Amino acid sequence: MTARVGVVTFPGTLDDRDTQRAVRIAGLEPVPLWHRDKDLKQVDAVVLPGGFSYGDYLRAGAISRFSPVMETVIEQARGGMPVLGICNGFQVLTETHLLPGAMLRNNHLHFICRDQKLRVENADTAWTSDYEAGQEISVPLKNIDGRYVADERTLDELEAEGRVAFRYLDGNPNGSLRDIAGITNAAGNVVGLMPHPEHAVEPGVGTGRTDGLGFFTSILKKLVNA
Amino acid sequence: MTLDTVKHAGETPDTEQPWAELGLKQDEYERIRSILGRRPTGAELAMYSVMWSEHCSYKSSKVHLRQFGEKAPENDALLVGIGENAGVVDVGQGYAVTFKVESHNHPSYIEPYQGAATGVGGIVRDILAMGARPVAVMDPLRFGAADHPDTKRVLPGVVAGIGGYGNCLGLPNIGGEVVFDACYQGNPLVNALCVGVMKHEDIHLAKASGAGNKVILYGARTGGDGIGGVSVLASETFDDSKPTKRPAVQVGDPFQEKLLIECTLEIFREDLVDGIQDLGGAGLSCATSELASAGSGGMRVELDRVHLRDATLSPEEILMSESQERMCAIVEPGKVDRFLEICEKWDVIATVIGEVTDGERLEIFWHGEQIVDVPPRTVAHEGPVYERPYARPDWQDALQADDANKLARPATAEELREQVLKVISSPNQASKSWITDQYDRFVQGNTVLAQPEDSGMVRIDEDTNLGVAVATDGNGRYAKLDPYAGAQLALAESYRNVAASGARPLAISNCLNFGSPEDPAVMWQFAEATRGLADGCLTLGTPVTGGNVSLYNQTGETAIHPTPVVAVLGVIDDVNRRTPIAFSDEGHLLYLLGDTKEELGGSAWSQVVHDHLGGLPPAVDLDREKLLGEILISASRDGMVDAAHDLSDGGLIQALAESCLRGGKGARVVVPDGIDPFVLLFSESAGRAVVAVPRSEELRFTDMCGARGLPAARIGVVDGEAIDIQGQFSIPLAELREAHEATIPALIA
Repeated sequence: MTARVGVVTFPGTLDDRDTQRAVRIAGLEPVPLWHRDKDLKQVDAVVLPGGFSYGDYLRAGAISRFSPVMETVIEQARGGMPVLGICNGFQVLTETHLLPGAMLRNNHLHFICRDQKLRVENADTAWTSDYEAGQEISVPLKNIDGRYVADERTLDELEAEGRVAFRYLDGNPNGSLRDIAGITNAAGNVVGLMPHPEHAVEPGVGTGRTDGLGFFTSILKKLVNA
Repeated sequence: MTLDTVKHAGETPDTEQPWAELGLKQDEYERIRSILGRRPTGAELAMYSVMWSEHCSYKSSKVHLRQFGEKAPENDALLVGIGENAGVVDVGQGYAVTFKVESHNHPSYIEPYQGAATGVGGIVRDILAMGARPVAVMDPLRFGAADHPDTKRVLPGVVAGIGGYGNCLGLPNIGGEVVFDACYQGNPLVNALCVGVMKHEDIHLAKASGAGNKVILYGARTGGDGIGGVSVLASETFDDSKPTKRPAVQVGDPFQEKLLIECTLEIFREDLVDGIQDLGGAGLSCATSELASAGSGGMRVELDRVHLRDATLSPEEILMSESQERMCAIVEPGKVDRFLEICEKWDVIATVIGEVTDGERLEIFWHGEQIVDVPPRTVAHEGPVYERPYARPDWQDALQADDANKLARPATAEELREQVLKVISSPNQASKSWITDQYDRFVQGNTVLAQPEDSGMVRIDEDTNLGVAVATDGNGRYAKLDPYAGAQLALAESYRNVAASGARPLAISNCLNFGSPEDPAVMWQFAEATRGLADGCLTLGTPVTGGNVSLYNQTGETAIHPTPVVAVLGVIDDVNRRTPIAFSDEGHLLYLLGDTKEELGGSAWSQVVHDHLGGLPPAVDLDREKLLGEILISASRDGMVDAAHDLSDGGLIQALAESCLRGGKGARVVVPDGIDPFVLLFSESAGRAVVAVPRSEELRFTDMCGARGLPAARIGVVDGEAIDIQGQFSIPLAELREAHEATIPALIA
């Protein structure tokens, strides 16, 4: 008995097949979801993968949030379904206001691809319970619009409520406020981050590390062993 | 004004035509008239002019390129050879790999971002058209002097264009080169390579067969971009009321290309196409004439059905437009509906624009009136062929006599240390991570090795761990000194890089960047380089699968260095056995493989320390390269080495520095008896590599080298936090890293 994790493909999504692979490696069943389709096919959780949905035209994630699949995702996320947004998926989640804040162009104005060290600040979310609070992990970072911003009050609120889920270590790569790499909603079921855990799940490829696998084993435990 | 129909052309034989403005020679124009038995229509003239251009017809290079076929080694791996969109190689387990390198030099100088971006787009569509999923890209780049102000305009634009387009397609960028030299100041070289993977049965070819089959144009709408020389035709001859200057550089939309890739792969999966061709240079003129020429029948096209971005385009402009992100497919009538359905799913516009006929002509109509009636082979495959005169330039002897081995060498160990740091931190030898970190190397989740490794390597089967490796190399300085040897050295280096990673070299692609073919000296360089490459491929057993020629890379009388860039593709049965360059374990023994001679001609040292180019390039010994390759591959397969790095520009010290920095470990090196420390560190003798051998494997490794006759000298050990050349100098890793990594950001960022 395992759980079904939906992976959404928007036009311009790039990391959908990679995310499906990571889901599979963790022992879950990946279910491809199509942007035009409102039906989530009875999945237990959803991942919005990275890429440049709709070419990131207008603004990263701005068009995707209006796609039919997102109507259902938003509704079910509000009802408690676990949702993880990676990179472009995180951008989509901020556009839908499931998560606060926004992503701007990196402060150095370049695309940056590197192995990025993070600290897991909150290990109580649906997607991070397999880590320990304070644990340091390395996963690839690759984006051009990765600078997390929000107003001071929101940032203070996030900090006070422990909703900063991940922080950049060893140098802020893009000017994100308070070194924020990822956040969670108050309920802990919706998590978004800019770095790519799905690219750090196998030895021998990518960075060679498996530090990202914990996202997917966390959700496995939550859904199957709950 | 009236449409220039075939009928009208027949009735008005004396109409003046702008053949010269379109780049045709008088005899070429006469030849078109004799092929058709009348003057060409405007549309026909436009088609012939682009298809008979140097870029499309290879008219100056063809007679030399034939050697790649004539001297091709016996090779069972080659499934599709030269002449298709890209060559295809059997890599085992039912997989076929297609790869090709192409140039986008001229557009990238005029408009760096779009030039480089559409260069990526074009090569990706070539690979896609073969039936393959593109799995990786890499970009061999050459710019003017690193400190020249214009390099600051061109380089960031090119890098942002490659990243902006490639990153958006979801293709990992796994390697390439960045070289600076004043000779590329007005002629940067922007070459782009793509690798694709498919099963044998999925190979598709560019041909239109089967009368009644439909011709479908799909992808982006056709606009007025990239019309180039035809803008002359459009603005001066046909209609004065239109905008006069259309951009000659195409504008790319990577989002559209990503949709086109996924849409096309889904169409392949359902086996819906008979033949397929991407639209690149020369646009619809090229696609229709090549498809018809390679097929068994003729083709009839209703040009007014083409979806336009700009409704005022004339038929000539539509035929010439190089709008990006378009493909042309030949589809059986019964499969058309499903084809269009898949396009609709991906929001890709698709239009049936014609059909294959049982005739022998390519016929194009505009609102019912015929504007083209030609034998397609005469447009696509039977263009003019020139035997350009060539002659060894009179300065070649003096250049070769200016021996780099006689240049002043460092007199003290301290001076040697200074020169080492100077070379390591020079723009060509410095770390390029500021550039390559702007490319996504992780997407698709199959990247095994990427820059700054010797080759880029991707896994192609998750269950068996089968993988492929690709390296691209070229050295214009060597080729200037001796184009025959220079081309072979590029081949040898690329071959060595693939083998050092543990992969078995199978086949090559090339991009031949040269000056003007109308200059006999340049033509001699070209003839020598192609001869060298063909001979080299025969010896190494790696056939040429295809490639690209870029001529006219010169400003005024000054040509670039002859720059043949060679891409070698290799296969590795288990990617877990790959050999990285990083020295990562203390105590591993360092072995220098091959012979080190006093060879400084064209070297990085001679350039950086003396600003010198003269003498002869390193001697080529391809049998030795083969042996070295076999040793490196065996060592990888049997776990005898932990790291390997090929030796090329910058010599041993460059390789040691890169391997130490990559692994974060130092090296203690003992200079063997009988060799000058300066020569040991800076000579660029070919056929060499440095390897790190675990002590437990030393005997097995040295026995293997001894038994097969490969010189292997133990030169030190992985140890400490410095490169310590005993009895000479020591450089802490932190100082080395600063020297190696600070240069490019300081110059360009």
